[in-house]
Amino acid sequence: MDKSIKKYVAIFTFPTLIAFTLGFLVPFLMGIYLSFCEFTTVTDAKITGVKNYFRVFTDPTFVHALGFTALFTIVSVITINVFAFAIAMLLTKGIKGTNFFRTVFFMPNLIGGIVLGYIWQILLNGILANIGRTLTYSPAYGFWGLIVLMNWQQVGYMMIIYIAGIQNIPGELIEAAKIDGATSWQVLGKVTIPMVMPSITICSFLTLTNSFKLFDQNLALTAGEPSNNSQMLALNIYETFYGRNGWEGVGQAKAVIFFLIVAVIAVTQNRLTRSKEVQQ
Amino acid sequence: MVKKNEDQQVSAVRRAKHGWILTLFFSLLTIFYMYPIFLVLINSFKKKGFIMKSPFALPDGRSFFGLRNFISGIEKTNFFGAISNSVIITVGSVAAIILFTSMCAWYITRVQNQFTKSVYMLCLFSMIVPFQMVMFPLSKLANMMKLSNPIGIIFVYLGFGAGLAVFMFCGFVKSIPLEIEEAAMIDGCTPLQTFFQIVFPIMKPTVITVAILQAMWIWNDYLLPYLVLDLKKYKTVPIVIQYLKGGYGAVDWGTMMAMLVLAIIPIIIFYAACQKYIIEGVVAGAVKG
Repeated sequence: MDKSIKKYVAIFTFPTLIAFTLGFLVPFLMGIYLSFCEFTTVTDAKITGVKNYFRVFTDPTFVHALGFTALFTIVSVITINVFAFAIAMLLTKGIKGTNFFRTVFFMPNLIGGIVLGYIWQILLNGILANIGRTLTYSPAYGFWGLIVLMNWQQVGYMMIIYIAGIQNIPGELIEAAKIDGATSWQVLGKVTIPMVMPSITICSFLTLTNSFKLFDQNLALTAGEPSNNSQMLALNIYETFYGRNGWEGVGQAKAVIFFLIVAVIAVTQNRLTRSKEVQQ
Repeated sequence: MVKKNEDQQVSAVRRAKHGWILTLFFSLLTIFYMYPIFLVLINSFKKKGFIMKSPFALPDGRSFFGLRNFISGIEKTNFFGAISNSVIITVGSVAAIILFTSMCAWYITRVQNQFTKSVYMLCLFSMIVPFQMVMFPLSKLANMMKLSNPIGIIFVYLGFGAGLAVFMFCGFVKSIPLEIEEAAMIDGCTPLQTFFQIVFPIMKPTVITVAILQAMWIWNDYLLPYLVLDLKKYKTVPIVIQYLKGGYGAVDWGTMMAMLVLAIIPIIIFYAACQKYIIEGVVAGAVKG
């Protein structure tokens, strides 16, 4: 069977592979090369060594954006997962209207980041107007605004995954724990949470990468204001490329660093939570 | 069956005890959850001066502006042009991704050699690379290859979306018993016939999952089309919304609210129509991702 399929390699794989090569692989390799060059477009690149990387770390906006993004990621991962898990627990108790609530909470996910950003800008600015301020008055407002927005958007998605995980727990496991005299909190900590560890792995991975790579919501809600103080990494890289002349190489070097951080986070996170999963 | 009955008994006991409190709590939370969208809706009918001054007030005699925000917004942004671009790009890209990556995934799962293994590893790898890493070279390359139009960008989406799609299809192909395909081949099917008549129909659940995940991403994607498309000719929905902001941060909030409403309506219709598939698709996608 192997052999008869083998001859068809061009028909089956080439359309995807050509697009993958031109749409991903070549730009990726060019990106690495360009991070060691000075250039304004891809055809006039001159190799300058690691100079770009030095300039990245002497750029205070990058260091600030890195700190802002890291803090934002920690807070949003914790809040989104706690809320999503709590709602999932309550929505698996079989109350009336469960399906309707699930549908409603999931809905904001389908709305794109740009649209979400402007929806929340009008709402949050309206609330802040009561104390005579706007979202761009201080980076703290932008920070918490983004946290609220991300929770609103992502809790529903993670809730759906947690609900599927909770429903997979065999009922007799929880019954047995209760007969043995476990309190509700003990059941939660010793049975439910270990049993939904695969869902926790997935949800924390998704929220972690979504938050760290956030761009659209950041652009639409505050666009980094006031004076780049609510700027996250992805937006900082974008501004370096397209907002400053002669910084394209630095922008690309920042992008490489950004990629390395995302890769390290993804790999470690996966190892850490996977090791806590129990065999069923 | 036995397990299910027990579960139902447990939940029935709980439901009797404090089910109504939870239902009440979630009803309030639902109102709270839907409020931002409601707020945009009421403001889309107000004159722009009243939106910033009193965003929470319902439109009244003085502030009511009828559909004029919608009309001027549609004219200013060529909104229906943007919607049709978004539809062409999303439908075209999702169709291309489904067709080509499922074929590719089947091939690299069934034929095991150094080449197919490295394709699989590259696909896995591409999933963790953030867009900013490739954005500058990709946008320049796309311009050079004349892909700056809604059809050309489908090719870019196929390349950029291939990683996740190939990975998910591979996971599914591994679970299809080989005997079915072998029987088809013995009966004289060519590999193409085997794939399209036997394998592809079996893949339907994964096709739906991949289609939904990719459609959600591509419909809402802002940066890739913004950098790749020739913006003088083609804009998508997220791009026209962002364009309303103008160069110096001045926003006409009246048209903005109206356009936000128009951007949300197709999503809600789509969600209402295939809600079941969307939620199942997300669960299936998460389990495999």
